[in-house]
Order: sequence, then structure tokens, then C-alpha cells
Amino acid sequence: MVQALILTGFGINCEEEFAAAYRLAGAEPTIVHLNQVLHGEVSIHDFDILNFPGGFSFGDDLGSGVVLANKLRYRKNAEGRTLLDDIRQFIAEGKFVLGICNGFQVLVKLGLLPDLAGNVTPEVTLTHNASGRYEDRWVRLKVNPAANTPFLKGMDTLEVPVRHGEGRLIISDEATREHIVQRGLNVLTYCDASGCEVSAYPHNPNGADLNCAGLTDTTGQVFGLMPHPEAYLSLYNHPEWTRRKRQDPTLSEEGDGLRIFRNIVEHVQQHATQLHVEAASAS
Amino acid sequence: MESIQRTIQLRLKPTRHDGEGQRVAEAAQRHLGLRTGRVQSTALYTVRYPLTDEQLHSFATRCLQDPVLHDVALDEFRPIDSIYKSYILVAKLPGVTDDEGISAQNALGDFLNQPLDTHTQHIFSKRLYFLEHELPAQDLRRLAEELLGNKMINRFETGPLSELRDYTPRPGGGADAITELVPLVGLTDEELVKLSKDNLYALNLEEMRAVRDHYATIAAEREDAGLPADPTDCELEIIAQTWSEHCKHKEFSAVINYKDAATGETKQIDSLFKTYIRNATAEVDRQLRQNGNDWLIKVFSDNAGAVRINPESLFVWKVETHNSPSAIDPYGGAITGILGNNRDPLATGIGGARLLFNTNVLCFGNPEFSGELLTNQLHPRRIFEGVRKGIEDGGNKSGVPTVNGSIVFDDRYAGKPLVYCGTGAVMPMQLAGQDSWEKKIDPQDRIIMAGGRVGKDGIHGATFSSIELDETSPATAVQIGSPITQKLAMDFLIIATRRGLIKCSTDNGAGGLSSSVGELATISGGAVVELEKVPLKYSGLRPWEIFVSESQERFSLAVEPARLDELLALGREMEVELTDIGYFTADGYLDVRFAGEAVAKLDMHFLHDGVPRKVLEAELAPVAAQEPTLPAETDYTDTLRRLLGSLNICSRESVIRQYDHEVKGRTVVKPLMGATGQAPQDAAVVRFNFESWEGVAVSNGILPRYGDLDAYQMSAGSFDEAVRQIIAVGGKLPNLTPGDGTFWSVNDNFCVPDSVYDPATNPDGKHKLAKLVQMCEALRDATAAYCIPLTSGKDSMKNDFKADGVKISVPPTVLYSMTAKMDDVRRAMTSDFKQQDDVVYLIGETYDELGGSEFYALHGELGANVPQVRFDKAKELYTLVGEANDQHLIQSCHDLSDGGLAVALAEATFGYGFGADVELTGELSLTAQLFSESHSRFVATVAPEDVVAFEALLKGRATRLGTVTGNGRLTVRHAGQVVVDADVAELRDVWSNGPVNKVIGLDLDAVRNANEGSTSGLG
Repeated sequence: MVQALILTGFGINCEEEFAAAYRLAGAEPTIVHLNQVLHGEVSIHDFDILNFPGGFSFGDDLGSGVVLANKLRYRKNAEGRTLLDDIRQFIAEGKFVLGICNGFQVLVKLGLLPDLAGNVTPEVTLTHNASGRYEDRWVRLKVNPAANTPFLKGMDTLEVPVRHGEGRLIISDEATREHIVQRGLNVLTYCDASGCEVSAYPHNPNGADLNCAGLTDTTGQVFGLMPHPEAYLSLYNHPEWTRRKRQDPTLSEEGDGLRIFRNIVEHVQQHATQLHVEAASAS
Repeated sequence: MESIQRTIQLRLKPTRHDGEGQRVAEAAQRHLGLRTGRVQSTALYTVRYPLTDEQLHSFATRCLQDPVLHDVALDEFRPIDSIYKSYILVAKLPGVTDDEGISAQNALGDFLNQPLDTHTQHIFSKRLYFLEHELPAQDLRRLAEELLGNKMINRFETGPLSELRDYTPRPGGGADAITELVPLVGLTDEELVKLSKDNLYALNLEEMRAVRDHYATIAAEREDAGLPADPTDCELEIIAQTWSEHCKHKEFSAVINYKDAATGETKQIDSLFKTYIRNATAEVDRQLRQNGNDWLIKVFSDNAGAVRINPESLFVWKVETHNSPSAIDPYGGAITGILGNNRDPLATGIGGARLLFNTNVLCFGNPEFSGELLTNQLHPRRIFEGVRKGIEDGGNKSGVPTVNGSIVFDDRYAGKPLVYCGTGAVMPMQLAGQDSWEKKIDPQDRIIMAGGRVGKDGIHGATFSSIELDETSPATAVQIGSPITQKLAMDFLIIATRRGLIKCSTDNGAGGLSSSVGELATISGGAVVELEKVPLKYSGLRPWEIFVSESQERFSLAVEPARLDELLALGREMEVELTDIGYFTADGYLDVRFAGEAVAKLDMHFLHDGVPRKVLEAELAPVAAQEPTLPAETDYTDTLRRLLGSLNICSRESVIRQYDHEVKGRTVVKPLMGATGQAPQDAAVVRFNFESWEGVAVSNGILPRYGDLDAYQMSAGSFDEAVRQIIAVGGKLPNLTPGDGTFWSVNDNFCVPDSVYDPATNPDGKHKLAKLVQMCEALRDATAAYCIPLTSGKDSMKNDFKADGVKISVPPTVLYSMTAKMDDVRRAMTSDFKQQDDVVYLIGETYDELGGSEFYALHGELGANVPQVRFDKAKELYTLVGEANDQHLIQSCHDLSDGGLAVALAEATFGYGFGADVELTGELSLTAQLFSESHSRFVATVAPEDVVAFEALLKGRATRLGTVTGNGRLTVRHAGQVVVDADVAELRDVWSNGPVNKVIGLDLDAVRNANEGSTSGLG
């Protein structure tokens, strides 16, 4: 069974719906306190997908995700390794990392996204929304056709809620921006009801550069986004569910958000099968 | 040892948009009329920890600086360019919670890979603002105190930039570990009263005499035991907070002599609580059990009420108020209100419930108030904004969705606002093989304090909230919450209780350890507390201060000695501070010591049962009210527009969107829905988990303005409002069929002005108390009529603000916060019209009941005909609506409340922009048909194919009004005339741009401009 590790503790607060998402997608989720990983009681290498859920890690007092990213980058275990060292190895082994909302902020502040240079140096940042406010509202996203990540396979749009105060992606310079666009790393874009990219508030709820809601790294294995697909696992999460069900009583009871989790779980399963076949044919 | 002090400054790069600076400049202009010119905001971190220059620089640039956003300056305090002429520095006063400083300290520890001594604060966070204009000292002061901070918790430095002064708090100092005696014997009545007032005991003469007499009778006994004959300061503090109105509910337990001046009827009421609340629920429980509905598990006896969801789990529900602190420090008052209320379900029974949702009801003065404020009275807009922010952080940062709420405006809340916080939670029926809702303690069990540390914050909160506010109210009563500290404790409790490491837990709220240990000790029959072990935020607290401090985010746990080591290890793993501060006994004493010295030794029986019972007088004066004569209405469309744009009806979207209402992924009916995201809903619906479709509907009923006409009908109407909101979303009344298991759990929260008669200071006290009696009578009648039990509640009895010889008293207010089980959340209904040609019905009956209505308020009138609740008819109707929903006959349902039918029809169009064409044919006046606020009514739509079945089922209780249209117009006809005709988008616009969103909403142009700065992606 595909194993998903979901970190929690220190103010992370979306771990339960994250676990539900993986369970519904057919994987086995394990929620683990960050200290159990930092103290070496749990190894991320025993898992296929490493997940950073949303919340307010350490209260976000120094800027979203900063203190947690700092802990992963500097705190050394008994062997003198940081968790960031382990995560880089995890990615090098072809495994997957997902960060949502505060988790996305952590991945960005850690330099794992977009990591154009491959040396985990922060290249972009996520900061206060242009409105200056925290907001909870539903948005529509368009998947970049150039995206190259199993998380978004076969998807073109999705609806999801945003719930953040610091989701504005800022790209420091033109060259970085061009690289990101060229390689299709800006995988999710805020759009209007017809699927057209929009910069106007509230379609783009935070004023993000490139109207970008989510990024992958150059391998497509690390994926982060501000909106919350794990908050749309069921049709009944959607603000229009009563009308949609009226219009189509046979409508699926699953929410759009679940597709991302199904995608990655199926990908890992297929990959495992493939490896199994290769191993069998090689022997 | 004194280490050198260094300062790190983070400034936004010149190319980055300084949103905060811009907002400060805008708010200064908008709210204070001050022109600041450009404002630059910067963050300061003052470090008092020995670091080399290299370490300081690395820490600043690698841990604090965002290289994309910030420039760093070390040991400098300068703006980015030379245009700025004034500054405002906002630091925290000593001992005030500084989460940002602590986070930076945490980061420093990680960066250095060193465990920092957490007993000392090494890093202090501050904000430094630079202003373009050279403002006079008093303007800078105003800006600082009214916009940027609060003088109760912040220290400000302001002035011309050339004279910049820094400030960093130095906690500590003050008194030593001293316990003093407070002799009472021989004091005169005047001296007793003065002592109570000076020391903020909030005890009256009779209570002070009871304490004095108690000490006189036990003098010999105490001396034999080696104790001083006179009470210690700590003993009096413990008695004062245990006997406080806040903790003991003395007025709800009093004997009341009641007289109705109009009828001459008199009666004696032996405790409002017993008569109208506890006994009423006992009767409801009897009827429920008779019918096989035995889901009522725990009522009135713990931190929160508990009902059974199913054989595996309990639903735990609590609503409380935090009014006095919110009046003084709106942000701090509200956030500690939320977090404090969260601790109630968390610490019910054994403890460790999982929080499911929050809800909040707020009462404020008019935020557009433009008159003179009294001394120390905060502007209603500022209270509103501060409370709103407190709720945002309290809920969002704890990961608890704020699923709904309500805001009521009335000028009489301008002195003391009302801040009601509610929290629902789920707890397994069994925890490690024990009944989760039970609290068991044996002698020798250890007392463990968990969570935050103790400081001088919140001293006297319990007694302070039991008296009126005035201009001298104490700063120490203010507390600041730390949601992150509490989140850690919450995560810890969930795991520790499931491992069976905790026997029971309770919250450290009002009264601090004194209250939590004092109450737990009643289970075993006593306790010994060793105060020197209590971890402090800083030195210099006296023992009594340690014991009664209300420093936040703390729990007291009872732990079996054999499980202690395992528990302490789990605490270390999860970074939750646990301290063994003593043990439970069975000797009948609360025995408090400091380093072996006696600090307090109190007989538990006297402490908990020794308070003299109050005898109060109530006399109902007749209310002179009459229906007004209004000029003949000419333009009903315009009246509807004005109602939609009025303070109590207009959209609250700008508030709602700043609360996370869907974290946990289980919110099924949210506060705003539909394609527009602007259709207001009646109750929230939340699933319990992802495995079943069982869930809970959550509603709030509050109608204070009807109380000016009839307190009984105000209370009855509030109750009915909350019930019908739950019916409107598809909930069902309890006990309709044997063993249906449809639990209801209701909290009552009374917030009234001082209702104790005093000829000089409170001449109409008897009338106010009579109103409270009436409110309670209505509550009893409502619970009986609907068979709905109360499970917990609270009363707040002194909601008055006195300053400069003026008293502002809240109107008598009661909130009923209701929760009801829904077997299948997929059967939930929403308020919005969903399809063209659906048939629109009015369900229920309209009466000529415009008294107290928003329509009359629009004309500056109160009227007389207050809406009455007809319980029997209402119950019958609610049952029918439930059956119709079971048969899938209803497509939308919206309850009628403020503004009556006209407003409800308009709101139902807000979700999708469908219009409606309706005709009113009733016999009442058109004004009454449109705007009367008669209770127990709904606007519902029915698909054309279901009309026959629906009408047959409703048996004449539903009136066909017309149909849903696709033309986007709301048209109302009467006697052959079109009386209302409006574009629904325009009505929505009026509603959305009402005073609430105008005062605290976004400046959309500014946001659009700021968004412009972003670049395009896919092109």
C-alpha cells in the first residue's frame, strides 16, 4: 500500500483532512508529530509521499512557515544531519513531497520550490495578500498545460477554497520568472468561471505574480499550492452543492480536490508495479 | 548576568509594496482624521543573548530576513529614505505575551543548535513606524494608542525622528514571596466594605461579614494547627474568587421576591437556576428517557455539556461570554475568550475532546458613532475591529473553523460589548477503557499544571468581571492569548488521554489555579498545592498572585502517580511544559504552601458552601407602549433597500471571510453560499468525520430589542429563532419518535445590566430583575414546549460601564446557542432560490406584529405589538417541515427574522441571481405582510412537480406566494398593484455595501491597485 507521511504539531492543523484524503485515495496515511521525525523515531524514508499540511506552524509569527523551515534547515539530529538533508535524499530517490498552504510556504522558504538552481536557496517568496487580509473564499484554478507533475495528471481546472493571509507569490527577478514560466513550474493559475487567467481581485485573491496558485520543482516531484484541495474531498464542501445536486441528482459525491490525491497515489502504485515488473524481468 | 542588547531591524526593500504602512496611513485619515503622509513599517527584534557580530548577522539574514522582501539593519533604527520625520515605536509592557519574540528565540535555538534557557525571554519583538509628516506629540500618541496598540499592553515611544528612543521591557522586580495577614475581626461594616473594594474582592457587606465571622469561630482551631487566626491575603483572594458572581452565580441562585405591579401578583422564586433551568431540563430529560431517547449524558456539572452522538462518541458543547476584558482590550479579550472557551470542551470529563467548530455572537455599539467618548471608553468601531481580529486569530490559528455567528448593533452596547464564544467538540465515549465524561480523582493523585506559565496577567479577572467597569479598571485584568501555546497543549491532551495517562482535567480560566484546583479538590475532598513549583514568566509574584493569576493556555490535570513518568516524557516529546505542583487529599482542606510555609488553608465546605444566599427584589413596572401612526408608505421598494442597507440587516461578508469557516474539511452549510458566495444561511451544518454522514446543525438566537417591549417574548422569540434556524437547514425537533436519537444541546447565556436594586445607584434595579425573571420563565416554557434540554450556560450580571458620571447599561440580553444532530448532512437545505419556475411559499402565519421591528426602527419608532411565540403551533409546523424535507419536497428554505418577509425574499435571491414574482393576498396591512417579524416562519421553494404533495402535507400552513423567475427581478404584487419591483443584483449591492462592510471592509480600489503589481502567467 502506498504510504503517506503527514507531519503535524507546532500549529499545523489540517492533518486530519489530509489523512482522510489519502485514505479515500486508497493510500495508508500516518500522522506523525514533527519531533518524532526530528528525534529520529520515525524515518521519512519508510514512506512514499511526504506531506506538509496547512495551519499556522509556530504561529507564523515571523512570516508564514519561516520558523518551521528554519528548524528543518538547521536543527541537526544525533548523526549531524538536518531534516532538509533527508528530504533532499528522499527527492533524489524519486519520492514525492506535497505542501499545502502553510506547507507550501514552508517548501518555498526552504528553497525546495521552485529550486531552479538545485541548491535549495529560496528564489521566490510568499507574503501578505495584496488585500492585507486573511481570506476564506472559493477560487477556480487552471492547470498549466505545460505542467509536468503526476499530481495534476489529466486535470485542466479545479475549484478549491483559499484560506490564507500570506499567499501572494513574489518572484524576485525577471530571469527567475522566465525560468519558471519556460519550464511550466507555475502549474496552477487563478482563473475566472470561463477558465481564463485573471489578475483581478477576488479571482486572484492575493495578487500573486503570474497569478500563480501553485508551483512544482523541476522534477515535478515536489508540489506546493496555496488553496486547499484537501478541503474539497466531498461534493458537500462546495458552496453550490445544493444547486448542483438539484440540477444533476446523479452527480458524483466526490470533490475536485480528491483527484490530486488519487493521481499521486495511483502514480506511486503504477511506479511500484513497474519497478516490480522490471525487477522480475531482470531476474 | 546582564548581556549586551542588540537590535535587528527588518525593512521592506524599496521595490516592495508596504501594505501595512499604507493601511496605517489610510486608517489614520479615515478614523482619526490625521494626515500622516507616507508610512513605513518595520519590524524590530531586540536580542539579549550573547552573540558574536557574525552570529547576529547570520541569524538575522538566514532566519529572520526574507531575502526577496527585506533589507536588514543591525543596531540601527532608520527608515529607508530621508523623507520621514516622525516615528512611533510599539513595544510590549513587561510580562505581556510576546509570541513573535518567542518564535524568534525558537529560531535562534534551532540556528545555533543549542537548547536556549526557555525560562528567560531573550528576544523581544517590536514594531517601528516612520511617518512622513512631522505630527505634534498628541497626534502621534493618539495614532499609537487608538490605531497601533493598546496602552494596557503596549509601551509607546513617539516623537520627531531625530529624537528616537528605544524601549525594551525588563520583566521582574516587584514584590517577594511574601504572604501577609488581613485582619478582619473588629472591622466595622464601613471598613469591611472599603477593604472589599480596595482589594477588588467584589464581595458585599454580608459576604464580608460571613468571612469575618467564620474566622472568628475558627480562631482557636487555627491557632492549634499553627495557623494565624487572621486570614492570609491568599485565603481572602481564594474566597473572593470562589464566591464571585462569575464563579458562584449568586444572583441566579438567590431568593427573589417578585411582584407584578400591573396585576398585583406576587411570588417567591427559590433560585432562577434551579427553578427555570435545572428543573426544566430534568423534566425534559424525563420525557426523553420515557421515549427511549437517553442521549443526555452530562448537564450543568462540568466545563461543558455532553450528549451522545452514537454508541462511540459524545458531542460536547459550551458557550461563554468575555465581555469585560473585550471592553478594555478588544483583541486580547476576544482571543482569550475563544481560547478560554475552547478549553471548556477540551477539559470536560477526562479531557482530550477534538474541537469541531467555533461560533461567535457579538453585540456592539454603532461603529459609525461620532459623538464624544467617555473616559477610557473605546470607540465602538475599535472594539468591533479588535474583537473581530481576536476571533480571527483565536479560531484560525487553532485550526478550528468559525462556522457561523451573528452581530447585533445597539447604542447600549457602546460601554460594554457582549462577546459570546461557542465551541463544539467530539469525544470518544470511552478513553482507555474509562467513561470519558466522568471526572475521577483519588487522594495522592498528582496535580499537574500543563501549558503556559504564570505571570501577573489576568489577576482578578473573575472578581473584576463581577463588577461594573469604570475608568479605573485594572490593567492586570487584561490577558493576551497565545493560540500556538494552546494548540500544543491541545494536541498533547488528545494523545495523553487516549493513552490513559490522565484521570481528569480541567481548564485554568477565571480564578486560575485557585479555581481549577479548588474545584477538582471537591472530588477527592482536598488538595495540597506547592506554589514554589509553579513555573513563572518572571520573578516577583506573590504566592496569592501565583494562585489566582489567570495567565492563559493552562490546564490542571489529575494524574495517577504510577503514570506520571510516562506523562512527563510525552510532555517533553511534544514540548508542552508540565509541572507537578502538588497532590489531592481527602482531609477536607485546600492547603496551599510556598516552600513549606502555609499560604492558605481553607475548609472546603466553607469555601464552596459558605457564601450567604442573596435575597433580591423584583418588581415588574408596566411598559407604556403604543403603535405609531406612520405616514402612508409610498415606495416599498425603497423601504426594502433601506432595510437591506441598515446596520442590523446588511451583509457581514467582510467579517465572515476573515474567519476560516472550513478548516477540517467538514463544513457542509457555510455562512455564505451560492454561486455569488453571498447568500446568507440560517444555521451551519458540520459533519462529525469523513466516514459517516452524521453531523450537527448550529444556530444562535438573540433578539435584545424586543426586550424593550416584553422581556418574556424577547426570550421566547430568541429561543424560537434558534430552533427555526435549525429547522430551516433541515434539522428536526427531538423526541418525535421513540429512540430517534436526535440530540439537541443548548446553552443559555444571560447578559444583563446590574439588576440589584439600590435606591441611589440603581433605582430601577427591581424592574430589571423582573425582566430577568420573565426571560427565565420564557426559557422554561420553551424547553418544555419543544422538549429541548439545556446542557450548560452562563450568566453575566453586571454589564454596565460607568465613567464621568454617566452609566451605559446593556439591554437585558439572552443568547440561545443551539446544536442538533442531523442523521444525514446530505439532507441539509440552504436558503437560496435554485431554479426558475420553482414555487415560492410562505410557511407559517404572519400577524400584525411590527413592534420592535427593523421596519419601525427605520422610522425611529418602537411600537407595541411585539412578536409572540405560539409554541404549540410552531412545534406542529416544524414537524411538518421536517417531514416535507424527508420526502425531498423542499428546494430552499430560509427563516424569517429581521426585516420580515420582504428581506427574506430578497436574501433568497442573493445566491444565484434568480428573481421572484410573488403576490400577497393576506388580510393584514401590506406593511405588516411585508415587514412584520412574526416568529416561526420560513420562505421556501418547491419544485413544480412536488407542489401537490407539498400542499397536501402542509395542510394549509403554507401560503403559495408565486414563482422563482429568471429575469433577475424581485416583484411583489398586492391588490392588483406592483408594490415592490427591484433588480436583485442591485438589492444585493445595497446589502453588500451596507455600513458593516463600509466601516471595516476592504477598499476595493486599493486592493485592485495592489493586485495590479502582480505579473501575468499563462498569457
